[in-house]
Amino acid sequence: MSGERKIRVLIAKPGLNSHDRGAKVVARALRDAGMEVIYTGLRQTPEQIVETAIQEDVDVIGISLLSGAHMAHIPRIMQLLKEKGLTDVLVIAGGTIPEEDIPKLKEIGVKEVFPPGTPLEKIVKFVLENAPKRGK
Amino acid sequence: MSLEEIAKGVLTGDKRCIARAITIAENSPEEAQKLLSIIFLHTGRAHIVGVTGAAGSGKSTLISKMAREYRQRGRTVGIVAVDPSSPFTGGAFLGDRIRMQELATDEGVFIRSMATRNNPGGIAKATRDAVKILDASGKDVIIVETVGAGQSEVEIAKVAYTVVLVLAPGLGDEIQAIKAGITEIADIFVVNKADRGDADRVVMDIRSVLLLEDEMLALQGEKKEERAWRPPIIKTIALTGEGVPQLIEKIEEHRQYLQKGLITKKSLESAEAELIEAIRDKITRSIIKRLKQEKRFEEVLMRIVKRELDPASAADELLSQILR
Repeated sequence: MSGERKIRVLIAKPGLNSHDRGAKVVARALRDAGMEVIYTGLRQTPEQIVETAIQEDVDVIGISLLSGAHMAHIPRIMQLLKEKGLTDVLVIAGGTIPEEDIPKLKEIGVKEVFPPGTPLEKIVKFVLENAPKRGK
Repeated sequence: MSLEEIAKGVLTGDKRCIARAITIAENSPEEAQKLLSIIFLHTGRAHIVGVTGAAGSGKSTLISKMAREYRQRGRTVGIVAVDPSSPFTGGAFLGDRIRMQELATDEGVFIRSMATRNNPGGIAKATRDAVKILDASGKDVIIVETVGAGQSEVEIAKVAYTVVLVLAPGLGDEIQAIKAGITEIADIFVVNKADRGDADRVVMDIRSVLLLEDEMLALQGEKKEERAWRPPIIKTIALTGEGVPQLIEKIEEHRQYLQKGLITKKSLESAEAELIEAIRDKITRSIIKRLKQEKRFEEVLMRIVKRELDPASAADELLSQILR
């Protein structure tokens, strides 16, 4: 009976890195802000991430990377999203991403990058303000 | 995309359309009704399996192996994984997919995570609609995983044709679950983590409860046909997949057993329950909307607060003209 739309967020961890405490902390913060957060676990391929985003009809994808392999995985994810027609999804990234790579990521469609130590409220606020407003 | 286009996409199995349709079912009651009115006509083919049990029993891992087994047998699978919403923040952590990673890119599997939202019983209308959408999209089997928090076991029996109750040794409360009468709803019992030494005790506990139920039914003079399906107890090790082929076999057996006439009875009961709920929902919304617009609504509220009138009598007063 509710008509209240929830923001659906996919927290994705591509690649071989097996440390996910940061991702889970962000996931909990978003949940506490009233969002529905889908977390698929570690070692996801770009194909798995995009497929999940389609089936779960998410509004936001948060890519979490600590292995330094962001330039390997994120462009592939962005390309797949474009191929599959998911152009209205908000994509953000977090983790150990060097500052000089941030403009390159923004160029390919990542809306914002959050380095380690970013206050959770900042991330939550960004998502609340920038998630696509679909439907009523 | 228009609703008609989304509906058409669902019927051809287009994943984006299926996903969009489920989102509409969750968020927009009016659009959902239009969408479901087209889609519903194409449902009824899939076998719906409810998997329930306490947190930590290994449901998600088990479902992942079940889906794999179905896929090996050439069937397509829809999975609806339900997790609880926080009653305080309204948000939810939907983590069932963690155990189902390998299925993400399988074309024959569609997985949707859903939060209970304001339905603590566990099976919201939106969840039932998601099942219908997956049914209409052509999936052979739809597995609904629920929270397993008491009330939801009863709810899942209304949606699923086969209810699988998953228990595991060492959870402590599985004995309570057995004693609470939940065994009446389960069609198949699974004792997961069967490699643990105390697994056999769980099996014995279930058996003794089932025997007790048989005795009680006999005392009440229950007809033999009603209990013709004897719920089997399957031991599984979800992590390795052991026992899963046997589980799938039993689900298949149950499906065939139902097709001897019981599926019609269940379908009629479920259709009536849904129809009455739809009627009740529409009546409630339209009448309350009307009453709230009348001036005497406020007056009556004040009389209740001042203890001049009790709520039930107040309702009688307000409804006296409508329910003549």
